[in-house]
Amino acid sequence: MVPIYYYLILSAILFSIGVAAFLIKRNIITIFMSIELMLNAVNLTFVAFAHHWHQVSGQIFVFFVMVVAAAEAAVGLAIIIAIFRTRNTLNVDSVDLMKL
Amino acid sequence: MTGSLNLWLIPLVPFAGFLVNGLVGRKLPKVLVTAIALICTLIPFLQVAKIWFQFSSITTPYIEHLGTWIWSGAFHADFDLQLDQLTMVMLLVVTGVGFLIHIYSVGYMAHEEGYWRFFAYLNLFMFFMLTLVLSENFLLMFVGWEGVGLASYLLIGFYILKDSAVRAGIKAFVVNRIGDFGFLIALFLLIAHFGTLSYHEVFAQIAQHPEWQGGVLTAIALFLVLGATGKSAQIPLYVWLPDAMEGPTPVSALIHAATMVTAGVYMVSRTHIIFDRSPFALSTVAIIGAATCFFAATMGLLQTDIKRVLAYSTVSQLGYMFLACGVAAYSSAIFHLVTHAFFKALLFLAAGSVIHSIGGEQDMRVMGGLRKKIPVTFWTMTAAVFSICGFPPFAGFFSKDGILYQAFISPNGGKILWFFGWVTAGLTSFYMFRLWYLTFLGESRAESHELAEHGAPVHARADSKLAVEDEHPHSVHESPWVMLGPLVILAILATIGGFIGVPAAMGGHDEIGHFLDPVLGTGNHPPGGENSGLELALSASAVLIGLVGLLVVHILYKVKPELPGKLATQFHGLYNLVVNKYWVDQIYGAVIVTPLLLFSRYILKALIDRGIIDGAGFAAGATAQGFGAIVQRVQSGNIRSYAGWLAVGAAVLLIAVYFGFTAHF
Repeated sequence: MVPIYYYLILSAILFSIGVAAFLIKRNIITIFMSIELMLNAVNLTFVAFAHHWHQVSGQIFVFFVMVVAAAEAAVGLAIIIAIFRTRNTLNVDSVDLMKL
Repeated sequence: MTGSLNLWLIPLVPFAGFLVNGLVGRKLPKVLVTAIALICTLIPFLQVAKIWFQFSSITTPYIEHLGTWIWSGAFHADFDLQLDQLTMVMLLVVTGVGFLIHIYSVGYMAHEEGYWRFFAYLNLFMFFMLTLVLSENFLLMFVGWEGVGLASYLLIGFYILKDSAVRAGIKAFVVNRIGDFGFLIALFLLIAHFGTLSYHEVFAQIAQHPEWQGGVLTAIALFLVLGATGKSAQIPLYVWLPDAMEGPTPVSALIHAATMVTAGVYMVSRTHIIFDRSPFALSTVAIIGAATCFFAATMGLLQTDIKRVLAYSTVSQLGYMFLACGVAAYSSAIFHLVTHAFFKALLFLAAGSVIHSIGGEQDMRVMGGLRKKIPVTFWTMTAAVFSICGFPPFAGFFSKDGILYQAFISPNGGKILWFFGWVTAGLTSFYMFRLWYLTFLGESRAESHELAEHGAPVHARADSKLAVEDEHPHSVHESPWVMLGPLVILAILATIGGFIGVPAAMGGHDEIGHFLDPVLGTGNHPPGGENSGLELALSASAVLIGLVGLLVVHILYKVKPELPGKLATQFHGLYNLVVNKYWVDQIYGAVIVTPLLLFSRYILKALIDRGIIDGAGFAAGATAQGFGAIVQRVQSGNIRSYAGWLAVGAAVLLIAVYFGFTAHF
């Protein structure tokens, strides 16, 4: 039986990598991936606790998070394409104006 | 009485006319504008006439509840209209004279710019005036009171391109505001003291407490008087009325002679139950009235503008009405109000007809000899002159003598009041016949344009009828029948109108006095009997002094035309005093207006408004701007910096929860 804190530590590491990547990276697609990483770190925590307490609600939450993440990916990618088309760049530092 | 009288129709129909003409009148053809304005004045008149014919079957006061306006705790003010004898008289005068003047205006204003605007304003005035007389509580009366002031302002300043007209409008409005302030204070006192503004509730409370004398009732009455002096152009607030002659002449006839300016008299009569409890307020009214009627008459003596003579005459006649109110002869005041509405409206309309016929000139010194050229105007004007001078059997004779007699028999210095009124009768006769002689008799002075009576240069007035003047400068022509018709009707009324109130001493029944008894109380018209000899003697003396006035005019302006100039040089000081109207306008200007303007400009505007209020605003703005300049750096638009702040915030929250706040949960 793997103790719960193993999962939690792994989850924390993944989440921190996600945050760090989000803050450091300039490429918008990489930032997008780091968001996915953070979401999945949280998913891992949910599943771990669900298993630990023998409660199914944690797993149900995970499904919700996945659905939201999928929706977000669809919308986000569309936005990214739109940004690239208009500005010819994916560097977030040069995308700091609401309008052109 | 079965069914409703539909009193609401009376004010609201003119209002509908105002809305239509005011909103789309610019685009409508002239005929349609005329039709709307006239029909919207005719309908109320017919409605009033209908009510008049069934009046004996109405239980008065008849109150029509239209809705609740303000409801706050125990206090409530309603849209209630009331019909009683006093209202009936006022309604007949306002709608009757108002309709005639509307007809007249069709001819008089035919060539003016802004024809639709004029009729829209006139209808608006009718709406507010009818609201004023129909209201059942002080608040609704105040609505009408303010509204007629507004309509008056709009109509005085009708010639919006003429600077003096605009200024006169503003002056009228501002001076009236002073009076309205008094009215408002009176309303607040009424609410504080009685908890209601409804006439019958206030009067019922007073009736239940016979011990209430003076005190707060005096205060209320005096503030009401202040309001009345503003609206009815009494000392000290009369100064706006002569200037109001800048408006078109039908306006002067309707608003500044027949109806609006009598609102103060109506108000004092309506609230006479309050005044009856305050002898001090009553004597104030009487003194104001006597002083106004005398001084205004002297100011009118030497005016050269035909309309200004009539303006001072109006102030003077209103003084008579106030005098009557002040000696608690309310029905005499209302009687004089009615006859005055007839003859003064007629005087103004006839003067307008004169002005119209000679192409816009208002200076009597260049008139003269118009009797043959405009005979209808001349004869109607003559009826009005005889009426205002109080020669029997014209209307003014009965009403004015009623007032003088009542003043004479009243206690507390009534004889002095009577004396001023009596002298004023002579002065009235003088200035009216002077106007009559200068305008209609003698030779025409229009061609020669020589220096007029006192050697003063003839100043061509910036006249109100610019359009007409240039087309035919000197061809004198009688006015069209649309103008003469109302003149003739009013002339008949000014001649025989007095027979509604022939006093008992002259073998009459004082019908109007008895008619008004249910509202104004029975004690205010003299019985016949032992005093009738005195009353007849007083009447005779008043007619006599009127004849003296006529005689003096005849000598000065007919027999020895060189005499006025000599007298003017001989009594130089007095002459200047009167010609300059006692410098009242100048004194007001120096004592009140100039300090007020300086105070406003330098203290209120420069120091308080610019310095403190604007300063505080600017300081607050600058502070916010400075703070914003610092904080705006955070909102860079850079996504990674936002994310950084988010991460820092989350970290701080985590640390706080972990170390600090766990204890509280």
